Amino acid sequence: MLKVEVRLFAYFREGREKKQIMELEEGTTISDVIKILDIDEKEVSIALLNGMDGPFHRELKDGDIIALFPPVGGG
Amino acid sequence: MNGYMGKILRVNLTNRTTKVEPLDLEVAQKYLGSRGLGVKIMMDEVPANVEPLSEENKLIIAAGALTGAPVPTSGRYMVITKSPLTGAIAIANSGGQWGAKFKATGHDVIIFEGKADKPVYLYIEDDKVEIRDATYLWGKTASETTEAIEKELEGVKVLCIGPAGEKLSPMAAIMNDIDRAAGRGGVGAVMGYKNLKAVAVKGTNKINIFDEERTKKVSQEKVKTLIEDPVAGGGLPTYGSAVLVNIINENGVMPVKNFQESYTDKADLISGETMTEKYLVRKNPCFRCPIACGRIVKLADGTPVGGPEYETIWSFGADCDVYDYDAINECNMICNEYGLDTISTGATIAAAMELYEKGYIKDEEILADGLSLKWGDKNAVVGWTKKMALREGFGDKLAEGSYRLAESYGAPEISMTVKKQELPAYDPRGVQGHGITYAVNNRGGCHIKGYMINPEILGYPEKLDRLALEGKAAYAKTFHDLTAVIDSIGLCVFSTFGLGLPDYVDMYNAVCGDIYNDETLLEAGERVWNLEKLFNLREGIDSSHDKLPKRLLEEPVVNGPTKGHVHHLDKLLPEYYAVRGWDEKGIPTEETLERLGLEAYKKYINC
Repeated sequence: MLKVEVRLFAYFREGREKKQIMELEEGTTISDVIKILDIDEKEVSIALLNGMDGPFHRELKDGDIIALFPPVGGG
Repeated sequence: MNGYMGKILRVNLTNRTTKVEPLDLEVAQKYLGSRGLGVKIMMDEVPANVEPLSEENKLIIAAGALTGAPVPTSGRYMVITKSPLTGAIAIANSGGQWGAKFKATGHDVIIFEGKADKPVYLYIEDDKVEIRDATYLWGKTASETTEAIEKELEGVKVLCIGPAGEKLSPMAAIMNDIDRAAGRGGVGAVMGYKNLKAVAVKGTNKINIFDEERTKKVSQEKVKTLIEDPVAGGGLPTYGSAVLVNIINENGVMPVKNFQESYTDKADLISGETMTEKYLVRKNPCFRCPIACGRIVKLADGTPVGGPEYETIWSFGADCDVYDYDAINECNMICNEYGLDTISTGATIAAAMELYEKGYIKDEEILADGLSLKWGDKNAVVGWTKKMALREGFGDKLAEGSYRLAESYGAPEISMTVKKQELPAYDPRGVQGHGITYAVNNRGGCHIKGYMINPEILGYPEKLDRLALEGKAAYAKTFHDLTAVIDSIGLCVFSTFGLGLPDYVDMYNAVCGDIYNDETLLEAGERVWNLEKLFNLREGIDSSHDKLPKRLLEEPVVNGPTKGHVHHLDKLLPEYYAVRGWDEKGIPTEETLERLGLEAYKKYINC
């Protein structure tokens, strides 16, 4: 088992925890986390793994931080 | 004449004369209008090396060919002058309603010359132009001034300065519609020096459209694209530009405590999500804008006021280590009412806090003000903002900006500025391409004239590795030229969340005539950028000023996801100059100037 922190932003927070620790099986990917949270992967514009762009298929490690954003912008 | 109104209004404040001159259509089209045309007028009419605060400097307010036209985001106008903050070209853009209303008076440009002997304001109603007494308005805030003029002249829109502009702060803004700002470069001080308090406009002129049917079709198509875009039609209208707080922070590029740190675990307290949940009263859209990112928020006492943009939330917030929306909203309101640039104001307070932390500023210097310079003191940040606006006590020194402040203590490296203008809310050590924009920007430290955050963080129009160097120089150049196009035709850069170069060609050609294609329109933007560079070279701001603060080049980021990185300007700058067609010293070559039709200005490359 591994523990990761998942942070959600903008409307992904609606009906979900904005920050949570998830206990996951070894081999779980960002894509799996998105499914567990019942988020449509197509709506994930930016997925950060420890602050850098995280490929969806990357296997997670204990202590990883995932941040998921729908499309956002400004300036 | 299509798109353009065909008239330049020249106002000599010294002699109190006004004159209408015909717009040279060929010149207007070549430089597009607004920003490009304003810079051209500054080059041709203002002699080299004038003092920014002098009768010789001119203040130009200009609309673009599409300002006020029936296409989306057409509410923008530009202020162009020589900056008292930087000594370089000042190009400050604003939205709201004023720009479109100004265009309806039948003019494209106002050129203010000289200096009035006492406070005046200008009133334009179609062909009627009056220089009116403004003695009774001097000292009044933006809302007081606007309301007083609106009472006298029904149905006008008002552009004005607040007390900060009157008191010649080099970070004074020009305000319109009370809470919209042509913010950067101290344009408000130039207006204040000229004793010009306000410009009130109303008009009935219609813009001639080259092809009405096509314009309607093109406009509907672009509105649809923007509404369907997940950012322009989703993230931005829902959360405003404040939505950036979390994403910038999560990437580890949120400057904290004057760029000493680059990440904070308190960002959510000042995020767009929090603003929407607890402070948002309603949206506040600009003229013909389907995006509507502007906000009205409530102060602690419930008063509704214009809401802060992302950069403002950062400057008074994370940059000063303050995580309190009531304080940030209050600072933003003070800046709007008194007419100060929010980025430079907050960032100067942050620099002062670091100067205090490091022992340069002593307790006795600020004792009489009754305010601290300790990180995170929200009441102090509000208090200093007010004192800067009124130049009271130590606020008088702060009102000169962080560069002059830090230099006066023999510590200019603590000022996070480029060309003496405060850097905005992104640490370039984590966004290498964005650092190019900071370094080379003709108006000094600025994010908006080539927003590399789009590809490096937000994925527009494609996602780039934010730490990579390869290809960033060419990318930045394209963004700089495209932004010059958007500014100069009179549209909003936020329309790039959805629209691209061919869309701007479609809109310009439908309104003005079939003049440009993708290649030539982008080249017109390149012409504008190069002309600004030539203006700066003429004023002695050569490419040795294309640099970043030492901290960003030599001190690796200490925390967060960007930890360990510095900015690699030494590698990026030569590549940028090369793709620009400039020599290794960052000076446009003769061939480049000839290609862009700027051969008349060749003499300035030898300045």
